[in-house]
Amino acid sequence: MKRQVPYVGIAILLAILSALPIFLPSYYTGLFILMLIFAIFAMSLDILQGYTGLPSLGHAAFFGTSAYAVAILNVKLYQECNFGVELIVGVLSAAIVASLLGLVVLRSKGIYLLMILMASSMMLWGIAFKWRSLTGGDDGIPGISRPDFDLIGLDLGSTTHYYYFVLLFFVISAVLMYLVVHSSFGHTLLGIRESETRMRSLGYNVWLHKYIAFIVSAIFAGLAGVLIAYYNCFVSPSELHLVTSAEGLIMVILGGAGTLFGPAIGASIIILIKNFVSGYTEHWMIILGALYMLTVMFAPQGVYRLFKELSQKWRPI
Amino acid sequence: MLLFLLAAGLTLMLGTMRIVNLAHGSYYLLGGYIGYSIAKYTNNFFLACLGGLLAIGILGMVIYKVILEKRFARETLSQVLVTFGMLLIISDVCRWIWGGTPLAIPQPEILQGSISIGRIVFPIYRLAFILMGGIILIFLWWFQERTKYGAIVRAGVDDEEMTQGIGINISLVKTLIFSMGALLAGFAGVVGGPFIGLSTGLDIDILLLAIVVVIIGGMGSLKGALVGALLIGLLDAFGKSLLPELSIFTLFATMVIVLAIKPSGLFGIK
Repeated sequence: MKRQVPYVGIAILLAILSALPIFLPSYYTGLFILMLIFAIFAMSLDILQGYTGLPSLGHAAFFGTSAYAVAILNVKLYQECNFGVELIVGVLSAAIVASLLGLVVLRSKGIYLLMILMASSMMLWGIAFKWRSLTGGDDGIPGISRPDFDLIGLDLGSTTHYYYFVLLFFVISAVLMYLVVHSSFGHTLLGIRESETRMRSLGYNVWLHKYIAFIVSAIFAGLAGVLIAYYNCFVSPSELHLVTSAEGLIMVILGGAGTLFGPAIGASIIILIKNFVSGYTEHWMIILGALYMLTVMFAPQGVYRLFKELSQKWRPI
Repeated sequence: MLLFLLAAGLTLMLGTMRIVNLAHGSYYLLGGYIGYSIAKYTNNFFLACLGGLLAIGILGMVIYKVILEKRFARETLSQVLVTFGMLLIISDVCRWIWGGTPLAIPQPEILQGSISIGRIVFPIYRLAFILMGGIILIFLWWFQERTKYGAIVRAGVDDEEMTQGIGINISLVKTLIFSMGALLAGFAGVVGGPFIGLSTGLDIDILLLAIVVVIIGGMGSLKGALVGALLIGLLDAFGKSLLPELSIFTLFATMVIVLAIKPSGLFGIK
């Protein structure tokens, strides 16, 4: 079975993405920044959910932890941006949370695991909410300064430049995740998703594979958290909230679990709908809630697969 | 005891029907709001209880029949998403109708005041509440272990097809269980109203507490729900007074310890 990488398609997509800020006003560029950040987030969740078969309703834990790590270093410790340190600490903090949490939770599975992860991430939310002296409580931490790359002519204060900055990280992490998923490690994960007992009897250390997948996934979610902290220049407990986790989940499902690029599409759709609907009506949460239900009813396989099927049907013979 | 009511409903749904209901906290909140409105117009707290309980029971029944029983809702993930969608919708509808400011249901007059035993003073309302929780606990236990219907429920959990095979309408049974779980949550919302109050965002707090209780107690176990609720209730109260900034951490620590010892919860079935 040989897998073809559609280089042409990717090149076109990249060209469009890089050209976007030239045509779009800065509001829409900002929207695309959000899309890319959440695409990283959704793809990282997909490593767990789609490839390893571990649904998580607590993915915001990693996202939010790294965002907070960045914010605390940036605002409270340095009072300026120290990008290298903050990036590493942010991503590491997500990895550390995952490695500790993974030790405890990965023995459970299915519904139970889902609920435990959800509870754990909400605990972190509770800590961020209550521990005012460190996290600012409900007010969050404002005033994060973006990295300073003036030396090489990059002014990240401008939306356009920040867009390219995020795009760079998006491409790097997409490639890395693609490599992870298509490595022998990734195939083992697929095997675990299909049948844990079989993989175990074949001699694989199932627990260890899950554990590593958990941490890898957290690392990318952490990266997304770092990027969102710089983009908003602000973190608040909502980054850790259940709603963020559930949004990640719906992005993955809507896009198609188990297809790395599906969730990226799902993320874009959700971000777009959220922004447009909230512009029209105050009650956008109802629309979003209905969207959750409709997705499950009509597109449980995800739009990416739907699109693939359609394109195969219409392909000239 | 409030926690027990909630967790009992949730564990009933989870353990017996394998339905992850993220809208459980919303049932609580909606029940409370409906109770508030009834209490406001009729000045009768008991009518409010009855109204909140019935309304949510019926809502639960409708939701189960219309949405959760369908084929697309068989998988855990689908249930999670569907019920989360409901959570968003219900919370927004509540904010729409009742506004964002916190409300409190007035305490019924008969249960106001307090009695003192020795040097400790107990508000009567809370005593009555504990008593009622006890009654519900005994009733649930009696229902599940000692009646024919309880036996049907247990049989349905063990082997759905076989139960159906001997002529029992399993779909009806499941609908009723679901609506009973919802009913308990709605009831808890009304009776909890006087001392917790009702506000936006409470739905998720309540859901979280209920889920932690179920995780600690183990899925599908009434005994687990009781022990978990007592444990969490006490820890939460002590944690809040001793370490206000980190109170939630006490819950988390408990959960981790329990899971480290027994991954399926204290009374969970493997």
